[in-house]
Amino acid sequence: MNAPNPPLRVLIVDDEAPARHRLRDVLADCATELPVDIVGEADSGLDALTQVQQQSVDAVLLDIRMPGMDGLECAAHLNRLSAPPAIIFSTAYDAYACQAFDLNAVDYLLKPVRADRLVRALSRAHRLTATTLEHLREAHPKPRTHLSVNEKGRIVLIPVADILYLKAELKYVTVRTAAREFLIEESLTRLESEFGEAFLRIHRNCLVASARIREIGKLPGEDEGHFLRLDGLDERLTVSRRQYSVLRERIKAI
Amino acid sequence: MKSKNHNNRPVELPNFCHLGVNLRIALTVEAALAGGVVARASDFDAFAAEFIALSALAQPALLLTLLVLCATGRWLRSQPYQIGVGFTLALGVAVPLLATVWLNPLLGGLFPVPLLGVALFALLLGAGLLAYFNLRARALSPAITEARLQALQARIRPHFLFNSLNAVLSLVRSDPRRAERALENMADLFRALMSNASQLAPLEDEVALTRAYLELEQLRLGDRLQVTWHISKMPGDALIPPLVIQPLVENAVYHGIEPLPEGGEISLNVYRSADKVHIVVRNPIAADVSHHKGNRIALANIRERLLLHFDLDAQLKSEPLGAVYQVNIVIPYTRERTQPAPARPHRR
Repeated sequence: MNAPNPPLRVLIVDDEAPARHRLRDVLADCATELPVDIVGEADSGLDALTQVQQQSVDAVLLDIRMPGMDGLECAAHLNRLSAPPAIIFSTAYDAYACQAFDLNAVDYLLKPVRADRLVRALSRAHRLTATTLEHLREAHPKPRTHLSVNEKGRIVLIPVADILYLKAELKYVTVRTAAREFLIEESLTRLESEFGEAFLRIHRNCLVASARIREIGKLPGEDEGHFLRLDGLDERLTVSRRQYSVLRERIKAI
Repeated sequence: MKSKNHNNRPVELPNFCHLGVNLRIALTVEAALAGGVVARASDFDAFAAEFIALSALAQPALLLTLLVLCATGRWLRSQPYQIGVGFTLALGVAVPLLATVWLNPLLGGLFPVPLLGVALFALLLGAGLLAYFNLRARALSPAITEARLQALQARIRPHFLFNSLNAVLSLVRSDPRRAERALENMADLFRALMSNASQLAPLEDEVALTRAYLELEQLRLGDRLQVTWHISKMPGDALIPPLVIQPLVENAVYHGIEPLPEGGEISLNVYRSADKVHIVVRNPIAADVSHHKGNRIALANIRERLLLHFDLDAQLKSEPLGAVYQVNIVIPYTRERTQPAPARPHRR
């Protein structure tokens, strides 16, 4: 006989209290089959991210449809950890997401959750790979509420509303907020299509937050050269000749 | 032969108080008048002069006739169809005749109108119009109207069904009484969903149903869902199509409350003003606008059902007011059970 495994440390994430309560009940029911230690409950994606970093968590039961940061986005941020927990999504009804899960062989639970399904999912729970997460997000295109980076083993969240500009530099994209800069490993084109109208392209390598544009001016001396300044930032950003006309049209429309 | 259509429901006289019916009658009378004058007039000036003079006579006569028909409509429709038609035609001839006798001297006899002509004109038009309404009621049969109503009847979102079942399951052990109550609410809700869509139902029943629905949502959402009712001036006996308020509130929860982490307030205002019933539903606007399409589909659905029941007499308006989204429904105050107004052909 195998030595008894230590109980699985599980975090329950759902915005609805009765749903969390129900998962607790079902987990208690199958304690003999699968010993589980419920380390906490979170009612939002942000809360889940905090709790996962405060204690060791083996698996997260993660509701998909939550206000603010949804389950898929939360999973993407969790994956920035060097040892991310296993993730099991749960949903009451979400035809598109379930299709994507099936296609990518991702385990998920349908609410109301049955004990045997829960045990099966937890006992074979595994981490999601970056590619899988990418596929899931493509099937469920919704702009993220935050970008995230791993700094010294911790997840740092950057609220999208705080971002002033995004600038591509070699392999990385610099994310500039009023307070500081971050480097993220993403493509500018993908970011542009994800956030749509919220950011405007002013140069081949630069997107700016459209709500933060303070002034557009002509550079002295040179012909056709323009610059742009954003709220809360003294830096002058170069506007390319090609984007200048597009930019002017868009500003007029707003 | 009895006047029956293939759904075995007798053809009824049109409701002469309905705006749509009145509009169709008024336009037909004016068109007939114009046609008659065109046939006689030599040039445009003569046409204009005679048409205006005749209209001065015909318009008041028409309005009076419609008023009388609206006032006696309930009694006329309670008679067997043939007898109702007889009385309607008699009224349709008598009222214009009396109006002519009264108005002819006032108009200075510029275009003297023979009484026999008025009577014949009114009789022919009346018979023609009744035949038209009869045909229309048969062609767009209640069977089709009913099928469309049934298809349009709001369906509960699966999302809501499964989340509610989950919430009830969570209560079974800890609070069996609340679980029982929740299941009773669900039973009421599903009974209403599977009920006959073509029957009007009392407003108070719809309000009770909406309360049952909101109680289920509060089970899941807790304090995130705040509800304020303003129904002290509600006419509980008014008849409305079933499942008009509940889907509006379901929308309000789905689009206005659930996407907000801190929740918000839904306010319902139901009151009567003169012969109209007003239903106003407000919810906060969530910044996340990704599901506005679903919202429009639900509203279009309710709008079409109102049209099938009340023709042009009901309205649905929806608009954002600052940070609040408001849907406003106005329907005629009615306590009389009638079959739905015949369907209009598809607007495509």
